[in-house]
Formats: sequence, C-alpha cells, structure tokens
Amino acid sequence: MTAELVRGQNHPLPQARLEIRVSAGTPVVAGATLCDEQGTVRGTEWVAHPGSPNLPGLEVSKQAAADHRLAVDLEALPETVHRLNVLLALPTGGGGPVRFGAVAAPFVSVTGLDGGEVATYTVTGLDSESAVVALELYRRQGVWKVRAVGQGYAGGLADMLRDQGLPQARELAVTIQEAVSSGMARAVAPPPPRTQDGDRARRTTSRAANAGRDAQSDAAPSPTTASAAAPGPVPPAPTAPPGPDGGVPQPPQAPRGGPVDYAHPRRRNTAPPPPPAAPPAQPGGHPQPVAGDATGWSMEERLYNQVWGMFEDLARTVAAYRSAVDFAESRMEQELDKALSDPRSRIGTAGDNARAAAQAKRDELVGRAREVLDRDLTQLAAETGVVEPALPPAFASWDNPVWHGYRVPMEIPMALRVGDLHLSEQPDLRIPMLVRLPLERGLWIDSGRSGSGAALMMESDQLRAAAMETAAAHAARLLAVYPAGEFTVHVIDPAGTGAPALAPLTESGVLAAPPAAGAQGVTAVLAKLTQRVELVQMAVRGGATDSLPPDLDTAEQLLIVNDFPHGFDDRAVTQLRYLADEGPSVGVHLMMVADRADAGAYGPVLDPLWRALLRVTPVPDDHLIDPWVGHTWTYEPLLPPAGSRVVRQVLAQVAAARRSLPR
Amino acid sequence: MVDVSKGSAPGGPGVNLTKGQAISLEKKGGGTLTAVRMGLGWQAAPRRGLFGSRTREVDLDASAVLFADKQPVDVVFFRHLVSDDGSVKHTGDNLVGGAGQGGDDEAILVDLQRVPVHIDQIVFTVNSFTGQTFQEVQNAFCRIVDETNGQEMARYTLDGGGQYTAQIMAKVHRAGAGWQMTAIGTPANGRTFQDLMPSILPHL
Repeated sequence: MTAELVRGQNHPLPQARLEIRVSAGTPVVAGATLCDEQGTVRGTEWVAHPGSPNLPGLEVSKQAAADHRLAVDLEALPETVHRLNVLLALPTGGGGPVRFGAVAAPFVSVTGLDGGEVATYTVTGLDSESAVVALELYRRQGVWKVRAVGQGYAGGLADMLRDQGLPQARELAVTIQEAVSSGMARAVAPPPPRTQDGDRARRTTSRAANAGRDAQSDAAPSPTTASAAAPGPVPPAPTAPPGPDGGVPQPPQAPRGGPVDYAHPRRRNTAPPPPPAAPPAQPGGHPQPVAGDATGWSMEERLYNQVWGMFEDLARTVAAYRSAVDFAESRMEQELDKALSDPRSRIGTAGDNARAAAQAKRDELVGRAREVLDRDLTQLAAETGVVEPALPPAFASWDNPVWHGYRVPMEIPMALRVGDLHLSEQPDLRIPMLVRLPLERGLWIDSGRSGSGAALMMESDQLRAAAMETAAAHAARLLAVYPAGEFTVHVIDPAGTGAPALAPLTESGVLAAPPAAGAQGVTAVLAKLTQRVELVQMAVRGGATDSLPPDLDTAEQLLIVNDFPHGFDDRAVTQLRYLADEGPSVGVHLMMVADRADAGAYGPVLDPLWRALLRVTPVPDDHLIDPWVGHTWTYEPLLPPAGSRVVRQVLAQVAAARRSLPR
Repeated sequence: MVDVSKGSAPGGPGVNLTKGQAISLEKKGGGTLTAVRMGLGWQAAPRRGLFGSRTREVDLDASAVLFADKQPVDVVFFRHLVSDDGSVKHTGDNLVGGAGQGGDDEAILVDLQRVPVHIDQIVFTVNSFTGQTFQEVQNAFCRIVDETNGQEMARYTLDGGGQYTAQIMAKVHRAGAGWQMTAIGTPANGRTFQDLMPSILPHL
C-alpha cells in the first residue's frame, strides 16, 4: 500500500534498504544531507551531492537529471546520524529555469528494493525557491520514518545548507553547482519538460472519447509552461506541425554549458507542439500525427508508449476488420444454405437471385469494413511517418539517420528494438518491436528450417549464416545502446563457422575475448559465467553485495552461442540451462543461434531452455502473438541496409569509448 | 418497478424517457454522436437491526453485449475490459460501490465511430454479482451520458427496484448512418450477463 503524503505527514519505513526516486520533468540536482540529533549537519562530509556521491549507506547521482534514484541503507548510516534530508535544487548557470515555480512539481517516492512503493509525495506550492528539502527520513526511538517536508529556499542551496547548520554552506553550494555544470557538459540533451501536453491520451482518427478533452486542453496552451519551463529552444508554434519527414529542421540548439551538441539536428528534444486544435471534432477529419504523442516523463518514454499504442491500435483495428469479415462470410453461408434447402429455389431463377443477394450483402459489409480499416491504416501510416524519424538509436532501425550521428550514450535506454512486426492486411505498415532493457529473457535466433516459408526457401547453410549475421547485428545494437563498458559480449563458436558474420564484432575489438572455440573454449566460458551468476546470486540473497570480488565485471553480460550443441558435453548443457533460467535476474543473458533439430537428441530435457528464450528469426516468420487480441504477427529481423557500414562505424565508436575507460 | 426519472442530474437537461422509447443519438445541429458512456453508481445499504451501522458490501457490475444481427459477438464486462476491436471499454471492476454521492462507480465507454461495421446493437446491463436485490442497495442508478459534452441522456434509479438482481438497461443501435438509443429498463434476475441472455433477446 502506498501512502500518498501531504506536507508534514509522516509514515513508518518498513525496511532499512530503500530507493528514493525523483521525477522532476526538468533536470534537477538531487542530494542528501545527514543531521545529528540536534538537526545539524556537522560538516561537508555529511552531504552527499554530485561532486561526492557516495557516503556510507547513501548514494546519489553524479549529475543533474529529470529522474533520479537515490540508494539509502539506513542501517549503514553512522550511529550519530538521526536524520537524512533529501534535497532537490535547480542547476545554476545553464540557462535553465531558476525557480521551482516555473517547472512541474517534483514527485518523490520511497520504494523498497523490490520496487514496492512505500510512500510518495508531490512537492507542490513552490514559487521562487531554487532549492527544496523534499523529504526527511528520521530516527525516532529506534524506528525510522519518512516525512514530507517541502521546505523551499529562495536563496538556493547555500541558504538551505546554512539553515541546517553547516558552516561552509556557501562554499559547498558552489562546489555542488560546479560539479553539476561539469557533468552537464558531458550529458546528453536533457529530457523535455513536462507540460500538460504530456498527459494527453493518444489520439487516433476517431478516438472521440478523448476528443472533447483534448480540444479543450489544446485550446489554451499555457504560456508559462511553454516558455518558462522549457530549458532548450521554445517549441515551434502550433501552426507549424511537423512534416512527414519528422519535423521542420531545427537549427542546432545552443548547447547547455558544453561544447558538444548531442541532439539530433532534426529531432526536437522539447515537448512536441500541441497538434492543431480540435480537428478530431470534424467528422472524417484526420488529426495531424505527432511524434511523442503519448504519456511519459521523457521523450523516450513517450515514444516508447506511442509505439506500443500504435501496436495496440493496429491489432484492434485489424481485429474489428477480421471479425466483420468473418461475420459477413458466415451470414452468407447461412443464407446460401437456406436458399439451397428451400424447394422453391430449385426451379427458375429464385435460387440464383438468393445467391446473388447473399453475396451482395457479404460484399457490401466487407467493403464497409475495409473502408474503416483503410482509414485507420492511413492514419497509422502517417503516424509511423513522423514517429520513425524521431526515434532514438535504441528504437530506430539501422537505416535511420540517427545512427550516423551516433554517440556512445551515458544512460541505458528503457527499451531496445529487436525487429519489426506486421500483419498480412498491410505488410508495409511495420511496428517497431520494442523490448524493455535490461533484457528480461535471452534471445534464440532460430537457424532451423522448420519455421516459415521464407526459411524453407533457403539452403541450410545460407540460413545459418543469416542467423549468425542477425545475432551479430543484435549484439552490436546492444553494445551501442549501453554506456561504455556497461555491456560485455562473449561468444562461443566451437567450430569457427560464425567467423564471417562475427567479423564486425571481432575486428572492432568490442568483444571481451576472441570467440571461444572447441570443447575447451566452451567449458571455460560457461564455467566463468556460471560462477558469476552463482556469486552474484549468493551475494544478493545474503544481502552482501559489497562482498563481491573487486575484479568482478559489473557490466551486463551477453553470451552468444553458435552451433549448439556442437562442442557441448552434458555438464555444459546443464550450465547453459542454468544460465538461461537464473542469468537474466543477475544481468547475464543468452543469445542462442541454433536449430532446435540439431539438439533433438537431448529430447524434452531442453524444452525449458527454448521456452526461456524469446525466439526471433533471421528471415520473416509468423510466430509472435500480440497481448490484446492474439493475432499472429510476422516478425522481421533488423538488419543494416546492404553495403552499409553503419554497424562498423558505430562499433568503432563503442570500441574507442571502451578503450578510454579508466581501468 | 423501475423508475425512469427525468435526467435532471448535473451536466445539463436530459431526455425524459419512458420504457421502450427510442431517442436518436444525433446531436442537434447535425453533428453525429460519437461517444457514449454508461455509468453505474451505488452505495451499499445499511442493515437494520442491532448492528445498524454495519454495511454489507454490494457488488454491482455493468456489462455491454455487442450484437451483430442478433448474435452476440463480443461482450465487455469485468473479465474482458476492452472489446477486441477497442471500441468499448470498461473502466474496471468496482466491488463495493461508492459513497453514493452521485459519481459513477463503474463505467463503460463506447466509441461509436470505432464500433466495427457489423455490430449493429449494443445492450447495456446491470447485475448484482453478490446477489442482493436492488431493494438492498442505496442511491443506485445507471445512466447514459454523451461523453463528448457530459450531458446525461437517460437515467434510471435502481434502488427500491424490487426483488430483482439485474436490469436490461438500454441499447444503442444503428439507424441510418448514425446511432440511436432505446431505453429498455426491464428488470431481470441473474448474476452475470450470461444469465440475462434470454431476457435480452426479446429486446433486439
């Protein structure tokens, strides 16, 4: 049960290890101060901030961001600490908002390590303040509680720290803001501010249920929200909706305190302009689709939700069409049966007339259903036209120009595109298939010919090579969307048959080690990863993650296995199954490039292995089911355009970033 | 039995319906009605007697059955909250009712423009899942609202409605290019919409 706190209200904390999440809609500095029994911060070493993010039992982010996660372990705090203040401040000197009254009310929540919310608080009522104590966690008679504070300071961090009794308040405030500005120079463009626009429901051709509300909220975009809250460029006027290529090219925006502009030149990073007001109210009128037209705290999340919304809309509109066609067919059959069983229809033209009438009724209904379907497909195609060019690399296909402006990211994206999905009614309307990161299950790239017609058309060797190329493209994409050094790829290629497909990975030097060959190589890699999973699991279960060996690679691990079960003994198969089951929860993922028939000798013992993996294919294949109405969708893998060097260029940057990491 | 009262609730003047009377859902001025909401609100009745303040939970459920040529094709109720085509949505099951202050405790939204072409009638029903009759609930009502402007078009008072556990409330059906609503207001008995099918069919 989540307690929604109001200012001054408190709530007991059931556990000592907590996460405090902050969502502000605009980049803010998040920190924490520790106080003794008298409520005094004894020194600068009692303040966790971006320049000094780690204290015993406390960790805060190193930079300003719209979303933060602070880790707190109340039991690990020094005995002398009786209170922990969670503070938020607006970064200075970046040209951003200078008062909390100009931005959306920050939202803070206290959650357990399992993600369960304990208490939440929306810090409302702020005006000229630029720093605020959002929450305090305090110890009363040996019990920790959280209280919603919401105390703001117009004088900023310096005033706040002085109020808490810190003698060096002014100096520390300067240090903190300096640490933040130097961090901002390296950060990707800040997420867009939250506006009322962000909460709008999706709009499609005739989402009439929302039309009235939308028209109202669009009619009066608050100038305060649109201009004062936007840290970057002012969003284009609503009279200039984006063209089909994803938007009127924007001049490169002024970098916020840094020499490098990471923004895609044609992609807005502020809230999209409100679409033209109220077109849905006109029957038959098509609202102008806009990229990011969905709910979310950031543009990335909005695009993610929009893509999933398009996925659902396509599933449902096709469901409506298919059920209308089914109904029309079955009604016609009934009427034909009736006409045939009527003795009068056997003579003369009565029977023919009845048949013709039944068919005409069917055709009329199917025609109307198709009209509605085409209307919706047109709308979705237009939406795809603006959404695709706006997608960030992790969501974008390889031919999207965003990949040419690729830079190694600073943060893990929320999802990864693993392919495209379409339905037979409109094969060229493709929905990006986005899966959440970190991966919840591994991938199985099926090199078998048992699946689709496309697979049967290919020679077995050709298909295996295509599967390995697909695997290399998936691995390259994963490497590219993780920050440098946070994703490690291992390869098992017992007979070396994957070498040509793996060349982009091996030659760029992004692999942890050369592909393991032979039975010995298989054993060594599996043993190492199995040991890692066991260690991390033990540490997590025992609550002793700090006791892990210091040389442990904390990056997410991906193991590509080619030619399974070639080179595998029984022990290796068992280890592989263990990795498939237990790995994802501790950041170890499998990517099997395999033909299930090759491992047929193992019988049903391997069924759980295949089930644990998400099956994708190197060629189009109908095997994925949507969660709403259960259509079968055709999956298509994501491959770089023929002759394109985009993957190699991206991997070269990944490799360079890895090399420059401190060892 | 069931009282069809004047739609005088907040939101504007409603239409005075009698049982079986059809009203067209075309808007004045020619605009087509595009979205309707069936709302259902109630408050558990207090039990009389020694523990007079104790209330028993009453679970009323709103359902919408989609028909094509008198055959049920899809149904939206608490176990299937969205019709396959996405045009009819249930806001979610409420098991205990509300404070009886007049708000909808359950609602079904129908986006008439998205209803598949072969669906020609949608029937709205109310059932008492926990089995209490309408005599035992307080401040219970169901209503049809024009979702685009919030105007109430029809309203039934359910409480005091006798020894019944269900009501076939109303239907919307195609008429020409638009939709019409017909108030039905027939009491019935049943725990879920399936039990009501025999009572629904005569009204199609």
